[in-house]
Amino acid sequence: MIRAEVRVMLKPGVLDPQGQAIGNALGHLGFEGVEDVRQGKLIVLDLETNDRTAAENQVKAMGERLLANPVIENFTVELVDV
Amino acid sequence: MRAAVIVFPGSNCDRDGAVALTKLTGRETAMIWHQETELPPLDLIFLPGGFSYGDYLRCGAIAAHSPVMREVVAAAKRGVAVLGVCNGFHLLTESHLLPGALIRNAGLKFVCRPVPLSVERAETIYTKHYSPGQVIRVPVAHGDGNYRADGDTLARLRDEGRIAFRYAYGQNPNGSAGDIAGIYDESFRVLGMMPHPERAIEPALGSADGWPLFQSVLESLG
Repeated sequence: MIRAEVRVMLKPGVLDPQGQAIGNALGHLGFEGVEDVRQGKLIVLDLETNDRTAAENQVKAMGERLLANPVIENFTVELVDV
Repeated sequence: MRAAVIVFPGSNCDRDGAVALTKLTGRETAMIWHQETELPPLDLIFLPGGFSYGDYLRCGAIAAHSPVMREVVAAAKRGVAVLGVCNGFHLLTESHLLPGALIRNAGLKFVCRPVPLSVERAETIYTKHYSPGQVIRVPVAHGDGNYRADGDTLARLRDEGRIAFRYAYGQNPNGSAGDIAGIYDESFRVLGMMPHPERAIEPALGSADGWPLFQSVLESLG
C-alpha cells in the first residue's frame, strides 16, 4: 500500500482571510515576528497499489479534477510507504 | 416557460426558488434530485443556495461532480438558461460554466442582510425589467462570497460586459474583486450571483427588487 499526502494551498497572492485571522490571533497571544500565515489542507489517501509512478499519476489527476481548484489553489503530492 | 430547481443534499433555498418560479410561471416547478441522470425539456434551470454536501472540500466542489451536473452543463451548452444563486454560483464556477472562484469573505463573518446592488446591464434575459445603473436591494446570506479571478479574467469580464451586478460603492459585504456580485457566461444565458433574488419577490419579504429578474426571464423565454 502507498499513502499519498496531498497538500493544497491557496496560490501566492490569493487573499487568505483565515490565515490572516490566525496571524492576528497569534499576535494577540504575544507571539512576535510572524510575518505571514497561510492556511491550507492536507488530504491523506491510502492506495491499493505498490506502483509509485501509477500512484503519483493517479493522485495528480485527482488533484486536478477535484482536490484543488486550479483557479485559486496549488497542490503537491508526496508518497509515503506504509 | 418550463423551469426546474436542482436539489442537492444540503440545499436550503430550493423551496424559495420553487415558490418564486411557480408564482412566475403559474405551473408546478420541477424539483430534480442530484442523482438524476436525465433532465426533462427545460427553459430555465435554477441552482439553489445552501450548503451542498456540507460545503466539504470547497463550496460546490462535490456537487459539481454529481450526476445531474453533467446534464446541467450539457443543457447550458445547448443554450438552456441557468441561474445559480449563492451556492448555485459556487457550483457554476466549480463546474467551469463561469470563470473565477468564490472564497471566504474577507471579514470572515457570515453576512446575512439586504445589500444594494447596481444593475450593470439592463438588456439581458435576466435584467430587461430593470433600468441601466438601477440600484436594487436584495439580501445576501453567505460566508464564502468573495469573488476572485486573475487580472486577465477580470479584465475580460469587464470588457465583454459580463459583470451582471456589483455591490454599490462602499457596500461590498465580502471583499469581492471589483465589487462583483454576479457574472454572466459568454452567452449571457448563464448567470451566477451571490445575492438572493428569490428572497426578494414581494414587499412582504422586505423587498420586491428581485421580482423583475424573474419577470425578465419569463418575458425572454416565454
